[in-house]
Amino acid sequence: MVQTTSSRLDAKCPTGDIAERWDKHKFDLKLVAPANRRKFKVLVIGTGLAGASAAATLAEQGYNVSAFCIHGSARRAHSIAAQGGINAAKNYQNDGDSVFRLFYDTVKGGDFRSRESNVYRLAQISTSIIDQCAAQGVPFAREYGGTLANRSFGGAQVSRTFYARGQTGQQLLLGAYQGLMRQVQAGGVQMLTQREIMDVVTIDGVCRGIISRNLLTGAMERHTADAVLMCTGGYGNAFYLSTNAKKSNVTAAWRAYKRGAFFANPCFTQIHPTCIPVSGSYQSKLTLMSESLRNDGRVWVPQQKNDTRRPADIPEAERDYYLERRYPSFGNLVPRDVASRASKERCDEGFGVGESGMAVFLDFRDAIQRDGEEVISSKYGNLFQMYERISGENPYETPMRIFPAVHYTMGGLWVDYNLETTVPGLFALGEANFSDHGANRLGASALMQGLADGYFVIPSTIAGHLAGRVLQPVSEDHDAFAQAEAACTDRLKAILAVKGKTPVDEIHRELGQIMWNQCGMARNDAGLASAAESIRGLRDKFWSEVSVPGNSRDLNTELEKAGRVADFLEFAELFAIDARERKESCGGHFREEYQTSEGEARRDDEDFCHSAAWQYQGPDKAAERHTEALEFDYVKLTQRSYK
Amino acid sequence: MSQTSTTASAGGSSAPATDRLSLTLKIWRQLGPGAPGHFETYELEDLSTHMSFLEMLDVLNERLVREGQEAIVFDHDCREGVCGSCGFVINGSAHGPDRETTVCQLHMRRFRSGQTLTIEPWRAKGFPIIKDLMTDRSSFDRVIQTGGYISVNTGSAPDANSVPIAREDAEQAFDAAACIGCGACVAACPNGAAMLFVSAKVSHLGHLPQGQPERDRRVMAMVDAMDAEGFGNCTNHYECGAACPVSIDVANIAGLNRDFSKAVFRSRKS
Repeated sequence: MVQTTSSRLDAKCPTGDIAERWDKHKFDLKLVAPANRRKFKVLVIGTGLAGASAAATLAEQGYNVSAFCIHGSARRAHSIAAQGGINAAKNYQNDGDSVFRLFYDTVKGGDFRSRESNVYRLAQISTSIIDQCAAQGVPFAREYGGTLANRSFGGAQVSRTFYARGQTGQQLLLGAYQGLMRQVQAGGVQMLTQREIMDVVTIDGVCRGIISRNLLTGAMERHTADAVLMCTGGYGNAFYLSTNAKKSNVTAAWRAYKRGAFFANPCFTQIHPTCIPVSGSYQSKLTLMSESLRNDGRVWVPQQKNDTRRPADIPEAERDYYLERRYPSFGNLVPRDVASRASKERCDEGFGVGESGMAVFLDFRDAIQRDGEEVISSKYGNLFQMYERISGENPYETPMRIFPAVHYTMGGLWVDYNLETTVPGLFALGEANFSDHGANRLGASALMQGLADGYFVIPSTIAGHLAGRVLQPVSEDHDAFAQAEAACTDRLKAILAVKGKTPVDEIHRELGQIMWNQCGMARNDAGLASAAESIRGLRDKFWSEVSVPGNSRDLNTELEKAGRVADFLEFAELFAIDARERKESCGGHFREEYQTSEGEARRDDEDFCHSAAWQYQGPDKAAERHTEALEFDYVKLTQRSYK
Repeated sequence: MSQTSTTASAGGSSAPATDRLSLTLKIWRQLGPGAPGHFETYELEDLSTHMSFLEMLDVLNERLVREGQEAIVFDHDCREGVCGSCGFVINGSAHGPDRETTVCQLHMRRFRSGQTLTIEPWRAKGFPIIKDLMTDRSSFDRVIQTGGYISVNTGSAPDANSVPIAREDAEQAFDAAACIGCGACVAACPNGAAMLFVSAKVSHLGHLPQGQPERDRRVMAMVDAMDAEGFGNCTNHYECGAACPVSIDVANIAGLNRDFSKAVFRSRKS
């Protein structure tokens, strides 16, 4: 079948030699003269890597920026928790890396479900990000000679990952945050903390502002704008348990969807292989153990089912190093989706370890014997400490127990090459968009993408919108603002009016169970159909049984959570529908019906070599599925093999 | 002081009895900024020792919500000890009894059954209480705004390897940059001083060649801002260092004082 692209999905990719496209595009874009920039109001929603870097850079250029964050401080966004590192095609290690290789690895790693032009640009920009961050004072790891250190990370066969111990995300975010604070001081950015975005306002089909809620006072606020940037992260918390922070949510993106922004590939979710397993029903979140651990740790389970011996008592011959066995060339470093599925397979077969049997070992015994405890401690000391704090076990003495957990969402708001959604004037950056990682994200690429979008892409492409369209002044008193605000107020009133007996978290946990069991690492048609049905039922339960004490006129954390869960309950259904419609396996999307005889994912390039973007049709109406055909001119479509 | 009593229990019941504990909690409740506050007492039974301290509060909050009462407000987000959102005082210790641990990483296996725990918010002039255990730490942002950065616009950076940095310097810069901005240092200080926080940023940027051009200006501006926010002075108690969940070294404070003196001296000369 020939793939077709919906007329609504013009990616606006430049043509010609892929290496020249971004330069050509920048030249073709209109510019806003420096003296005119302050006349344009840009709202940046979220202050993670994408948002903070975009807000700071746009303010440096002279735009009039307001930045919104849900926390008490911009520095607390969840980018801060990223551990492992950030990729860049610097080839400082002289090991054969190049822009083209990073591009190639990212397209292949994403299982051929991303846009070549976007990914190439990402790889090109990666080198400038490292320069920018080093200049800001990000304390990257260094060699004794003073040059930057690199490591190989998450399935890459070159060392292109830059890192700051196990806290790379923290250091990169603080760099962007400090740049943002500098602009707040200079008057270029108005910083609004403790704000949640309740709606996007469009006038004549163009995004002209937002409704936000001050979480401390409960007040609804209207903000007009010439452009709005959604930098609001991913939707992993639809699963309740994930490595996301507790406040991470889909609300802003979902409201944008309901105002006309298409939502692309919601079913593309990354389940990270190395997380600390669930310990009880009270579990509130899952903690990631950096993928870098797989560089030195060996993953295994006992060869005998339900083996309850202590790991140290299980002799070498009775251990199954299943990643090394199944994937001899990549071994423990296979991509995340492959590693996650392999551990699920072992646990489902009854070889899992720990009380629940839902865990595998990650063992450092051999690495400690080879390199000594000191070397291992210098590489992973803080991670080992964190593991011990949470589990009560010492990983220097006994192997870690790990299990996959929801970590990152590749899907998101559909954007074109300019990062603009299907709503003119509304852009999406970082994890909130869908553009660069296809069906699976490679390790150390999320930080790269967030900063590429914020520091380097949007500052150029936003001018195309601001200078290219005629934007009449709008007022906060416009009917569109009044109506949007009234709808937001009514929704909160409706939640408070339920006055049921069930806490929000209980409903959220139920949603998580449905998602994990039926929309998780392995999916099938019947399960997905039943998931959509169960989600609809749970939504009814929410609106008849949820208990939210207090009112909407001051800080009410239960009301905040309820609003987010209400949106997750709508979004999750679209997730299940998207997963059901994609009748192939690719990357993190594994459909049991579509696998090879060896149990590997079987892509269907004939029928599904496209991105699926969903258009909202109104309440209680089925969303419409649009497709954007994906063409691969530079990276040949092949079956991924890590054997 | 009003006293109400609530009992809550939770946690997978499959764990053996040695994994359970019961606690009495005395928790600070305050409706809003400036409102009078008080301790309320809650009894919790049959908790799993494997849950984190915040999960224990989640269990209590679910119970309160079921009873139609307002949940106890505490700030939190990543629950991995790095975002710096969480933090309150447990039995007089900021972030509780474990060293180098935020409350989100503190686990109940640390406590004995039958213990009474008094839980209250950070108390410092620079951190007004918002509600219950949540405080306003925006003063930290305002201090950073005055100089806690290197002024480099996006796009104007040289190649990252063109400025070599000795490994020891990069490591020391990192040690200081690891500050999570939680405010435990201020809460633990008898003077409510923010010296450890400010010195960590001054030290991080001061250890790097990129941080030198603004070094004097930075330290003077940040110290001025710190004073203006109502933070106290350091009188060498070093409670801050003991409370810090990421082991920021109190030696940074000496470095801050040194940098500040030099900067003031140089600014007078010129």
